[in-house]
Parts: sequence; C-alpha cells; structure tokens
Amino acid sequence: MNTEILGIIVMFTLSILLAIPFGKYNAKVYGGEKTLLDPIFDPIERIFYKISGINPQSEMNWKQQMVAMITINMVWFLLGMVVLMNQGSLPLNPDKNPSMSADLAFNTVISFVVNCNLQHYSGESGLSYLGQYWLMFLQFVSAGTGMAAAVVLFRAFRDKAADTLGNFYNNFVKSCTRILLPISFVVAIILAFEGTPMTFEGKDTITTLQGDSVEVSRGPAAAFVPIKHVGTNGGGFFGVNSAHPFENPSYLSNMVEMVAQLIVPLAMIFAFGYFIRRRKLSWMIFGVMTVAFLMLTIPNINMEMNGNPTIATMGIDNSLGAMEGKEIRLGAAASGFWSVVTTVISTGSVNSMHDSSMALSGMNELLAMMINAFYGGVGVGLLNFFIFIILAVFISGLMVGRTPEFLGKKVEAREMKIAMIIALLHPFLILAGTALAAALPQYTADSLNNPGFHGLSEMLYEYTSSSANNGSGFEGLGDNTPWWNISTGFVLILSRFLPIIGPVAIAGLLAQKKFVPEGDGTLKTDTATFGLMVFAVIAIVAALAFFPVLALGPIAEYFSLY
Amino acid sequence: MKKHILPAIKLTAVMILFFTVIYPLAVWGIAQLAPNAGKGEIIEHKGKKHYVNIGQSFTEDHYFWSRPSAVDYNAAGSGGSNKGPSNEEYLAEVKARIDTFLLHNPGVDKSDIPVDLVTASGSGLDPNISVQAAKVQVQRIAKIRGIEKLKLNQLIDQQTEKPLWGIFGPEKINVLKLNIALDELK
Repeated sequence: MNTEILGIIVMFTLSILLAIPFGKYNAKVYGGEKTLLDPIFDPIERIFYKISGINPQSEMNWKQQMVAMITINMVWFLLGMVVLMNQGSLPLNPDKNPSMSADLAFNTVISFVVNCNLQHYSGESGLSYLGQYWLMFLQFVSAGTGMAAAVVLFRAFRDKAADTLGNFYNNFVKSCTRILLPISFVVAIILAFEGTPMTFEGKDTITTLQGDSVEVSRGPAAAFVPIKHVGTNGGGFFGVNSAHPFENPSYLSNMVEMVAQLIVPLAMIFAFGYFIRRRKLSWMIFGVMTVAFLMLTIPNINMEMNGNPTIATMGIDNSLGAMEGKEIRLGAAASGFWSVVTTVISTGSVNSMHDSSMALSGMNELLAMMINAFYGGVGVGLLNFFIFIILAVFISGLMVGRTPEFLGKKVEAREMKIAMIIALLHPFLILAGTALAAALPQYTADSLNNPGFHGLSEMLYEYTSSSANNGSGFEGLGDNTPWWNISTGFVLILSRFLPIIGPVAIAGLLAQKKFVPEGDGTLKTDTATFGLMVFAVIAIVAALAFFPVLALGPIAEYFSLY
Repeated sequence: MKKHILPAIKLTAVMILFFTVIYPLAVWGIAQLAPNAGKGEIIEHKGKKHYVNIGQSFTEDHYFWSRPSAVDYNAAGSGGSNKGPSNEEYLAEVKARIDTFLLHNPGVDKSDIPVDLVTASGSGLDPNISVQAAKVQVQRIAKIRGIEKLKLNQLIDQQTEKPLWGIFGPEKINVLKLNIALDELK
C-alpha cells in the first residue's frame, strides 16, 4: 500500500486509540478522583493556591464562573499589551527585534488570549524570545480556559439537580497542569531529538556550499511547538509554522504533532461520557463528528495527491501531487490530511500553505471552520456541538409534538433563544466581515495576493479563521494593516466569549431544572437516528448559510480551472 | 468582578513562573543531549558549518538543484509563494521554470521533470527533493563533471532516505548531503 496513505491511517487510528483512555483520565481529573500524577501535581497546585489566595473547593454557579473567567482573561490581555509593545527593550531579544505597533499588539494578544493564534507577524522578525514565551503562556492558559468552561457542562448533566457547578480556578488549573503539560513535555522531548532547536542563542550566519551568505533563525522552539498543538492553539514559532524544517523536521515529528493536536479534543468527547456516566452519548457525538470529518478529509487528500490540473497539462511529471506550498519530507497526502485536521479542530497550525491548496480543498478547509464543531477546539468544540444538540432536540421535539428534553431536562424558550443567537452569531460575523472588506476596497484591495475568485477566498478565509478562533490563514493576504488587525480583533473577542457563555448558560439553566425521569415518550439522544438528526441540523443551519459565498469563491475558482 | 482581580493577578504570576520558566528550562536541560545540544543539527564540510535541516539554494549547473523558494533560502525568515492554483501569473512562472530547466538540461524529456522542481515549498527552506528530481539532473551533472552516469545513480541510491521505518511517508533526498557527497566523489 502507498506509504503516504498508510502514514495517515496510522496517525488517525493512533490518535483515537490514545484518546479513549486519556478521556477516562480527564474525567477522573475533573471528578477529583485519584490519578497517577497526583504525587507530582498535588503539591505544585497547593503552592499556586496558597500564593493566589484561592480556595479551589469553594463552589461557584455558572455566572460566578464566567465572571472569574472574564476577569482573568482581561488580566492576560492587559499584561500582554505591555509585553509585546515593549519587547524591543526587554531582555531575551538576541536578534534585536522591534516592539509591536499598537494595532498589531492588540490583534496578537487578543488572538492568543482567545486561543485563535492568528499571526499577522512572522516569528523570526516580529517577536523576541520573551514575546514568544509570553505567547506560549497564553497557549497554555487559553486552552485551560476553554476546557474549564466545558467542565461546567460536564457538571451540569452529571447530577439530577445542581445549583453549584464546581470551581472555575480548580478546573482551569488542573487542565493546564495535569492534562496539557504532561503531553506537551513528552512531545517537546521527542521534537528536540528530531531536530527542533531549543536554544536561547539568536540567528546564526553561515556560508552555503555554493558560497552565499545566509542567516538561520533559531530559538527555544522545542518547548513552544507542543503546546501549540496540544492546546489546539496553532500559533507557530517560525513564520511558516509546521512547514518550517525546524518546527517540523521529519515525518516522525509530523506524526507526533498530529497526534498531539487530535488527542485532547477527542479525549474531551470521551471524558464527557465517562463523567456523566452515559458513554453511549459520547459514541453518538464521536460518530457524527467522525463521519463529517472523513467527508471533508478524504476528498482533500485525494485532490492534493492528484495535483494541479493546469500544471499537469504543461506535460511534466505531476505524480507527487500539488507541491506548491508543500514540503517533500511530508508529501501531498499528509499535507492534505493536516489541512482538514487543523481547521476542523481549530488548531490553525499549518504544514503546507493553504493559500496554494486546490480550489475545493480550500473550500473544505473553510467549511471545517464554518461549522467549527467536528471535534472542535479543546473544550469549546464540545460546547459548540452542544448548541447543535439543543437545536436538534428542539426540532425533533416539535416533529413528534412533545416538550423537548435533553438528558431529563426540559428545553424551553429561554434556552432556545440563547442557542439560536449563538448558532447565528458565527455566520453573521464571517459574512458581515467579508462583505465589509469586499465593499471597502480602499482598505483591503492592496493586501490581496491573488486576483479574482481566489482573492475573495483570501478575505473570506481571514474572517472565517478569526470567527472560528482557528488562526490559520490564506497567508498571501498582507494582513498586518490597521484594517485587518482591528476588524479581526473585534471578531475574535465576540466569537470567543459569547459562544462560551451561551452554552454554559444553557447548561447552568438546565441544571437547575427538575429532573424528569425517562419514559417511553422520551427522545433518546444516544442513538444513530438522533445522530443523523444532529448532522442534518448542522448541514442546514451552518453549512447552507455559507453556500452563496462559497459559490463566489472556491467553487467559482474550481470551475475556472477546468 | 472586583473580588476576582487580585487572585487572578497572583495566579497569573505564579503560573507564568511555572509554565514559562520551569517547564522550558526542564526541556532545555534534556535537549542538551540532543544533536548539537539543541542548537540545530549541523554537518561540517571543509571547515564550514551547515544546518542539515535548513535547505540551501543550489542553482549552479555542477550541483544538484534544490527546489524554487519564495525566500531564496534565507533562513532569517521563511515563507511560501502563497499563489493560488488558478493564478495566471503563477502558472506562467511555472512554465518559465520548466523552460529554464530544459535549457540547462538538453536531452531531458519534459515528462520526466517532477513537479517539485518547478514549485516552491511552503517554508521556502525545504532541504529535500524527490528521488526523481535528482535522477532527472544526472545527465547534466555527468557531462559537466565528467563522471559516469552509473556512478551518479549509485550516489543517488545511497543518499535516498527511505520512508519512516520503511512504511510511513514519502521517500526523499537531502540536497545538501547529496551535493557534499558529490563534491567528495572523485
């Protein structure tokens, strides 16, 4: 069998096989049960709480948790502005890189606080090592924030009636220390031995074999790259992210980084089932997500391996596939696979340039982010999917003429209103943003790298990636301008915190309601039939909203190629 | 919100210490055992230092060429062309690269030129080319250097890196290593 295909199958299977036991471990961590790593992390966390004066056992309701979350996120934002706007004169800057402008710092800090990692700078020239490590800190804590929010959902459905839903700080700190850190550490060691640099020295100057003098950027990347994946952040140390031969030196490092980004989003699905003692529900969610994921992935792998049809007509050997923007050591298949994984789970790291993907591969990357709930980012993916479950429950309820219920709780008008607002917010931000950018060419036309349909796709991709908190880009777009920095900055804030608060609020409201025992008339939510229903809701609500703009961008480009 | 501010600041401070000082120092300590103590794997040749993983520009006819690069292999930065598949300007550039290649490699059949030799990589620093990309250049190098084709083909076979554990991913050749070996061939 083709070794490129075999590599992909192994990466994906291994991720799932590791995610199942790891999900069980996560459920134990959040449930406060004994785990293997307690002797290491119990004392460390005690120090955290002692210094900060927090009692991790005090119970909070959903509103208190959200206030705590917003407050600490604001602290990170303000501190981040100070660091990035002054990094030029702060220590750990061997390459003498300058401080960021206010609009670029605004965009960068928000983007890392909200787990998006849109990068309008290049790591080699735009950040000092101190700046890089500040962003690495945000990669840990923004992922922890999303996971702690998801745990509110866990708690809301475990007990029959719950007013208090755990402690935000407790779940947040545990996510960072006990879940994100151990995997990051293991991955960091593997990467260091595969060839990713881990040095605080600056650029090196060398003379090539042909006699040219070039510089080589280095840095403490081996500690940075793992959390970028494990926390589904995606912000690269070097400008081209995991396409860079230091950031992703070999096929083995590529496999490890792939498993690292898939494992936590997958594990959270299984953790949910273990935690609320309804493992079949987890399998329903996993099933729907996986079917949809494969529907996007398989065509992409196929299209990238087949290559650019116009180049094929030039009469050369096109058998390697669409190699523009791709690396030989990774190959077209693994790059096509990565392009969907990274958009589906909101990582946004890239190992090939998406701008040069085939037209319909680009569309699938966009669709993955437009739906943003097939696996999804750590924690938030499950929250997004929960919104679609609530919608599906409601519609199914109407179809059979019964009060909609989910896990023994009645879903009523208030919850539905929140769910609808959240479901419509995402298309609204993307479409309104793109429409504005297209209507104001005086601000945007100069930043496009490609003409015609593909130019529209570049703008669409930028807002989709922002609103999905993804962070990848059609990187040809010259996005370090006040227009892009500020407009995407606002999209980022709105698209992060509302889609967290919305589902958490629904979960909190449902938790307080009286438990209705299951009867003959109860809609079973852990069956394949209901899975199909959820899938249909996603297809109608999410995908169709975007069809017109996709027709103007990638689909039109596709037809222009043939 | 007020009662959360102080704890949030303090928790942030102690977590910064843990995640951006202690964790990277632990990784840094272990990385001292990695190739070149974690400063990037190098290869020494005639007293000069080269980074194995960072591709170099090879455009002279007596060397195996590397792939086109959007950043001219200057690893101070990195970048791809980001040209879309239907971009006319880009397609014209690919055509021009094919013509240049044929000009420098008379007698080579156009259908033997693999696509990686006329497309730019994502990083602009790709250290590798495909096996076919090396083979298609044998005729030119044999003529210029006066080395038998058979010997060059053997060299390519020696330098071919098999898929990971023989089963995962593509085959490839490190252009820098290949050219160093070529220089040492007598």
